[in-house]
Amino acid sequence: MSSTTTAPPAAAPSKEDRRGLADLWLRSPTLGPLIALAIAVVIFSLTSSTFMNIDNMSLVLQQTIVIATLALGQTLVILTAGIDLANAAIMVLGSLLFAKLAAQGQPPLLALVAGFAVCTVIGAVSGALVTRLKLPPFIVTLGLLTVVTALGRLYSDGNSWPVTSDLLGYLGKGSYLFGQFYVTPGMFVMLAMFGIVWYALSHTAWGKHVYAVGNDEEAARLTGIHVRQTLFSVYVVAGLIYAVAAWQALGRIPNADPNAFQTGNLDSITAVVIGGTSLFGGRGGVWGTLVGALIVAVLRSGLTQAGIDSLYQDVATGLLVIAAVAFDQWARRRAL
Amino acid sequence: MSTQQHEQDRVEPGAAEPVMAATGLVKRYGKVTALRGADFELLPGEIMAVVGDNGAGKSTLIKALSGAIVPDEGEIRLDGSPVRFHSPLDARKAGIETVYQTLAVAPAMDISSNLFLGREQRKPGVRGSVFRMLDRKAMRAAAQDQLDALGVATVQNIDQIVETLSGGQRQAVAVSRAAMFGTKLVIMDEPTAALGVKESGQVLDLIRRIRDRGLPVILISHNMPHVFEVADRIHVHRLGRRAALVQPGDYTMSEVVSLMTGALSLDSDGALVDPSGHRAEVDEQGHAVAVDG
Amino acid sequence: MSSTLRTVCASAAIVTIAATACTSTKSTDSSGSGATGSAAGGTVKVGLVTKTDTNPYFVKLRDSAKAEAQKQNAELIALAGKFDGDNEGQVAAIENLVQQGVKGILITPSNSTGILGALKKAKDAGIVVIALDTETDPKDAVDATYATNNVTAGELQGKYVKATLGVTAPKIIMMDGTAGGTVDEMRHRGFLQGIGVAEGSPQIVGKANTNGDQNKAQAAMENLLQRSTDVNAVYTINEPAARGAYAAISAKNLQSKITMASIDGGCQGVQDVKDGKYLATVMQFPKKMAEQGVDAVVKFAKDGSKPSGFQDTGAQVISDKPVAGLDIKDTAWGLQNCWG
Repeated sequence: MSSTTTAPPAAAPSKEDRRGLADLWLRSPTLGPLIALAIAVVIFSLTSSTFMNIDNMSLVLQQTIVIATLALGQTLVILTAGIDLANAAIMVLGSLLFAKLAAQGQPPLLALVAGFAVCTVIGAVSGALVTRLKLPPFIVTLGLLTVVTALGRLYSDGNSWPVTSDLLGYLGKGSYLFGQFYVTPGMFVMLAMFGIVWYALSHTAWGKHVYAVGNDEEAARLTGIHVRQTLFSVYVVAGLIYAVAAWQALGRIPNADPNAFQTGNLDSITAVVIGGTSLFGGRGGVWGTLVGALIVAVLRSGLTQAGIDSLYQDVATGLLVIAAVAFDQWARRRAL
Repeated sequence: MSTQQHEQDRVEPGAAEPVMAATGLVKRYGKVTALRGADFELLPGEIMAVVGDNGAGKSTLIKALSGAIVPDEGEIRLDGSPVRFHSPLDARKAGIETVYQTLAVAPAMDISSNLFLGREQRKPGVRGSVFRMLDRKAMRAAAQDQLDALGVATVQNIDQIVETLSGGQRQAVAVSRAAMFGTKLVIMDEPTAALGVKESGQVLDLIRRIRDRGLPVILISHNMPHVFEVADRIHVHRLGRRAALVQPGDYTMSEVVSLMTGALSLDSDGALVDPSGHRAEVDEQGHAVAVDG
Repeated sequence: MSSTLRTVCASAAIVTIAATACTSTKSTDSSGSGATGSAAGGTVKVGLVTKTDTNPYFVKLRDSAKAEAQKQNAELIALAGKFDGDNEGQVAAIENLVQQGVKGILITPSNSTGILGALKKAKDAGIVVIALDTETDPKDAVDATYATNNVTAGELQGKYVKATLGVTAPKIIMMDGTAGGTVDEMRHRGFLQGIGVAEGSPQIVGKANTNGDQNKAQAAMENLLQRSTDVNAVYTINEPAARGAYAAISAKNLQSKITMASIDGGCQGVQDVKDGKYLATVMQFPKKMAEQGVDAVVKFAKDGSKPSGFQDTGAQVISDKPVAGLDIKDTAWGLQNCWG
């Protein structure tokens, strides 16, 4: 039903016009998702009296934070024409390290540093496997998904670990702005992360190389780009971002659970794809991903408040993914 | 660089020091010998076409010159001094740019980004050194200058995405990039292979303009009319070595084809001879026939 | 492009096969150690197949079964699916156990219907099969079932919430598990029976599938509360769901208005009750299931008598706020008897 929100405008009279639209889509891939988000927000505002108010906007934002941060790392990997199935598992392991180390009496700061280090190292391991052994990222991260999930359960003894330290729960501890809007440090951290990665992708040579490698790896190699170094760095940075996501997760629920976020990897891919980043690499960007994550959260929030069963919410999200990819393909065929 | 200057620079073969010279190149792949003592030379300001039948070792020669392979024997000199390339990057650092048949462009990126791909410029000062910020404005301006200088008029907008360009325009982008960064010479691999008549003409013009600006060009092509249209000299490659070095005005296309296939060869006077050593020429049907003399 | 897709699909297929292979390899590994440990006609071999080997609940079940087997001088071979719902993994485990000549198989079926064929083969081979924790559908696919009556457990949760609310009419939010799950449906039904509200009644303000995941429960509860905070009762499928729901409720400062309870009896769940995050939880007893299961198999090996029917291993309300008419144990007792 809500998939219609992203469908291309029905009127497409001449070939020229359609080519123009497709060209616009290629140039600004964030535009489509943004329009879809706007349409969803308008519809839910009209159908539900409780949707469009300040505290719900805050909630939607809070619900977006963890998946959006995961999806930020995922965006980098997908831009290089890879995929990261292990991201949520890495994040969960990070959160378990934070919580258990602190619970065992280590200083929270040390727990934080250790968690960040481990997540980054696991990112480096995926990067090394992809670049050195030349294995497909799908296989590497699928294997790591299993390994890291098991490591998390071993380390946690299968139990969840409550967080008592203020530092570890810091990102979720906010205050009310304008009376109603609950603002958490986590929101700023998320936006800052997106800002930094956007800058790196669009304003540095590294970013150009990430796009070029994802667009055409052989061409990138021939133009003198250090393809392996670029790919490796992407997985390392992604690992670091997953550690931030782990910290964000403890801000949401002060409890690290080895069984949490089992669909986090797919949820993050969903956000990336709805956000207009191509699974074939080299096209897209981080703001689209943020919008994609927001669209999923808005759909859940709006449909829940409209009293629609959660299984239909899954149906809507799934249709949106298909619509987004279909539109991306259509636009590319048109433009060429 | 003006055309007049080019005329001054242009020298008769043998009179000037070659920009690039290779002697006795040998390359073996297991039992197969792809290069058997091949020679090559490129003079300043010339377009040297390299022609040869499939399997003649033409691409192995080009790979050796562009650094993609390391020859087993022989020597390559650049401006008189010996060089040894271990990778295309080495060759590039020495000022040799290659335009690959695949073009090596990132289709989803704009023209300006593609021209500077792998060689991006950063902003001056802290923004560049600490924040690694790209100088997009400067790169765009330089890209526009380059296209203007080479007379690439068909591309209007430097921000256009490469995949929305025609084949000829993409070729122009790849050639412009090579001309922009090549300081010694440019190697072009079949630049007109995938193009129509009109676009081929534009690319050939582009190749001439690059030469006219003082940058010698090595042109690998299967297309004899194109070779005769732009080449100053033709290197005929056969059985892993240089079979002949000719000027287009002195021989017909059919004769060059005969040299390629081995139907004819050149004797020491530059005359065409058949395998038995008799003077020969090529008739209207393209067959080599003996001439009584 | 399509070739990339094809590669991905092919890779997915390979990996699926590899994953299945892993499960069976794992089973064989355990069986290997089992075979070496048993003398030909000596100890009784008991097979145990749990849904997963990571959930503390199943860990408790396995450890209790091991201890009981040791006491009975029997040998326990414990296998597990890879995840909740891993029918293939469970089927492979059953087949392996049959191969090894176990006397009985204790199983917590992932999907009650998915493994019927394998169970029948085991029974045909003269093995006694007992379901633990979860019933099969149909029930007679196994010889006997030792489990919590999940309808009763749900009912106890409902009764407790009803007693706490007193005369106030309930306005309920239901944090369900997975759509279509047997246990999920039973607890849900039991709760509504206990609180005296019919399915589909307007008194159910909202419900959501949480998959028992704390984060999904949190987001679902936030969204439902956004719709209306006029809620006074919350049903939760298990304790992680309750934990997530609590995060949403406390963010809105509604703890004092809302009566929430849960089911499971995990140690952290009991601790949460003690900390006042929700009022009560209904404890299950995996230890009892495991012990009775092992005992039944050993007895069968001795005298050939098969157990039958459904054996309720009990459900106990744990709370520090007793209500009239219900048998309630406090959290101190709960912490001594909890699992995980």
